[in-house]
Amino acid sequence: MHNILAFGVVGIIYGCLYALTACGLVVTYQTSGIFNFAHGAIGMFMAFTYWQVSAGWGVPWPLALIIVLFVLAPLLGLAIERMAIRPLYGASLGVTLAVTLGLLLFLLGAADAIWKPTITRRLPAVLPGREVTIASVHVSYYEILVLILSVAVAVVLRVLFTRTRAGITMRAVVDDRELTARSGANPIRSAQLSWALGASIAALASILIAPLQNFDQFNLTILVVIGYAAAVVGRLKFLPMTVAGAMVLGLMQSYAVGYLPSRFLSDVSPVLPMALLFAALVVLRPARLEAVRLKLGRDRPAMNLRPSLGLAAGFVFASYVVAQMLSAGSLRTFGYGIVLGIVMLSLVLLTGYGGQVALCQMTFAGFGAYAMGKVGGSSGSPLGLLAAIAFPAAAGALLALVVLRLRGIYLGLSTLAFAYAMESLFFNHQLGYGGNLFVHRFLAHSQEAFLVEVSLVFALVAVGVLAVKRGQFGRRLAAMNDSSVACVSLGMDVTGTKVAAFTIAAGIAGLGGAMYGGWQTIVGPQDFFMLQSLILLLTLAVFGINVVLGATAAALYLAVAPIIERHSGIPNLTYLTIGLGSILLGRFPDGVAGLLSSFGERVRSLAERGRRGPDAVVAGEALSTGFDLADEEEEVEVVTVGP
Amino acid sequence: MSLSAPDLASPVTFDPADAALELYHVRAGYGRVEVLHGVSLVVPRGSVLALLGPNGAGKTTLLNCASGIVRPNSGCVHVAGLHVNEVNPDAFARAGVCCIPEGRGVFPNLTVNENLRVFSHAGNVPYDIVRERAFARFSRLKDRGNQMAATLSGGERQMLSMSRAFVAEPAVMLLDEISMGLAPIIVNELYEHVHHLAAEGISILLVEQFARLALKVADYAAVMRQGRIDVVGRPDEVAAHLSGAYLGEMR
Repeated sequence: MHNILAFGVVGIIYGCLYALTACGLVVTYQTSGIFNFAHGAIGMFMAFTYWQVSAGWGVPWPLALIIVLFVLAPLLGLAIERMAIRPLYGASLGVTLAVTLGLLLFLLGAADAIWKPTITRRLPAVLPGREVTIASVHVSYYEILVLILSVAVAVVLRVLFTRTRAGITMRAVVDDRELTARSGANPIRSAQLSWALGASIAALASILIAPLQNFDQFNLTILVVIGYAAAVVGRLKFLPMTVAGAMVLGLMQSYAVGYLPSRFLSDVSPVLPMALLFAALVVLRPARLEAVRLKLGRDRPAMNLRPSLGLAAGFVFASYVVAQMLSAGSLRTFGYGIVLGIVMLSLVLLTGYGGQVALCQMTFAGFGAYAMGKVGGSSGSPLGLLAAIAFPAAAGALLALVVLRLRGIYLGLSTLAFAYAMESLFFNHQLGYGGNLFVHRFLAHSQEAFLVEVSLVFALVAVGVLAVKRGQFGRRLAAMNDSSVACVSLGMDVTGTKVAAFTIAAGIAGLGGAMYGGWQTIVGPQDFFMLQSLILLLTLAVFGINVVLGATAAALYLAVAPIIERHSGIPNLTYLTIGLGSILLGRFPDGVAGLLSSFGERVRSLAERGRRGPDAVVAGEALSTGFDLADEEEEVEVVTVGP
Repeated sequence: MSLSAPDLASPVTFDPADAALELYHVRAGYGRVEVLHGVSLVVPRGSVLALLGPNGAGKTTLLNCASGIVRPNSGCVHVAGLHVNEVNPDAFARAGVCCIPEGRGVFPNLTVNENLRVFSHAGNVPYDIVRERAFARFSRLKDRGNQMAATLSGGERQMLSMSRAFVAEPAVMLLDEISMGLAPIIVNELYEHVHHLAAEGISILLVEQFARLALKVADYAAVMRQGRIDVVGRPDEVAAHLSGAYLGEMR
């Protein structure tokens, strides 16, 4: 009896903290229409700021708390709104996704660079050593404080959103931004308020939870995944349901700690949020189904077979030349980029062509490396390579069947949860915490020869992906991306297409994983953490997610960035540049590939204008230079007036 | 054409100070496409002006200009005698312009009361009075105060959006195709309300495809075609020229 109560108290306290995080997520989603993947990262950044102000500069904790919650966190929120969010008005779902994920990466990289992880930090103790005994359970003053603050925030939010005009207007902006402006409210002011508030809530949740957890950047950022689960229970909309979901999670985790045998424990507790997330997604009908197209970048026709084969041969030859030139250390990072490029090609197919958000591609790569290591044996047999494709492909098909109905944010969340759960369920288990699985290479053994082999695999997969794009399956993917409703009404098998896309992509990722394992020779769980999947997706998005050329450029960037990082001495250069690049996608949604190609089009149309006289190509140019007219395309269609 | 397209409506003489809304030689469009090629139009205070014309004539663009969503490339927009070319839509709303866009004049995920609350942002009239007057005019909304606007019927939604007329004094209401997708009996009821609103002194600019319905409640009418005002006048005068405007010039 005593234990039930004691674990119940712990569960409720954790539940409160999760509820606080989840409510912050719901609030930003409800008031800005953007699901903020960076919510946890904002909280983490502010918790470290709080440490800096209180422990670092010696400001007493209550004053530091006030400074952080009411001055610095709102300022960060305002800055984020101004730099990253405001350009997103009218942007597609894919771009908002990339921008908030990029923000996560950027804040993580920045916090890691500012507060070096080599020092152990502690937050100042709040009300230490004081506790009361309620029905034979010791409850510390800190826990009571957490409870009071969480309830207070929940009540204040509820009142704000249903009783005050400012709060109602914030909800109105999400419903119909233009109509809000027509009603005389300023939508930008409303968005500013919403992001300032969201940042404050994130900061409060992180600061409160920090003393109960490891105080490190990554851990605090990732805690938000639990908040995602609770927010989905509330369908990203209803605060009471969100709080209930958070409480259930807190209690489940606490009782799992109390009553499950300890050898299961490390498996079960990270899986709980995922289990709840999946259960909620399957049982509840999402309140606002994302019917919009993901749309990251403009569609371009795929290259024909002959030039693509030519370029592939050129790529392999160039890598052979490079392999001769680079030093051993640089060669290592260079090949690392190319093997990741193979995994990114799977994303070109799945996310770029098919519009399916997948935040778990490195998990499939990990399955591939695992299969190669176990089945391939010491000789790296072809059987191992086959297993490295087949095993992840089967897992991909299974995942696709589970998430069949989901699109957009919900799909992204569930693939993220899948990756999160696999970290502890599979990788920590099968590979061990230290990383001790040897993966042998297929065919080539020397570093130079293997680089050529890896480049060859990359080139072949790239040619294959281009062939898919040109073929019938590519058209199906594009159609599914455009409108799955229209596909169904035409009698197209959307289910089959989606499952096939996930299967093929997972197979490619697995092949990439086998190569990755071969390149590293030893792999550990940290190679396949979900953050790695995020980095891959974002790098690809920055360089152009729906073109094979984008994957090539992204691979080369990942190959070169660590070398630059080493020579320039800037820590986390990769994180920071990729994060920043993703944030800039709000302004240039087509990525680097899009910028280059519209620059090319502009040059071409200028050349044409020179040939045909000044007025001849104005209309054609207006249609081809995506940027200036991108927002108005729709209206232009409506108001076609001709003399 | 017997009636020319003059700067101001020629058959009727206005005192400019009496204009609730005035567009003067407005040119506007989207990007490089010009839609309005110099439009002049006056809505006299407390009257209903019906703006008719075929698809693609630029009627909605004209409303967007008159509510600040689209900025004119040249020409002037005056609201109650104030020059308001350069201001944002929210400032237009505060000046008393309430533009009800076609088919989406309410916030579906807010309740009726919350909708009225947001509407009353603009005006100089407090929320309580807005609510009182809206419920007095549209009695069907009264017992739906805490219902989500998404669950209202099409006619009720239009009534809710027309309640915006009460938030500011004096108000100019711009109505874009309120008959869109509604049953004829509901449309008739809505036009009844338009008539009453005008009687309460609210100036109304009405865009409508069903010319006959609109002409019945209108004090003045204008026909627009290819980005220009073709005809302005009393409803009966304009009616005679309608088929020509829709089906082609009669030369």
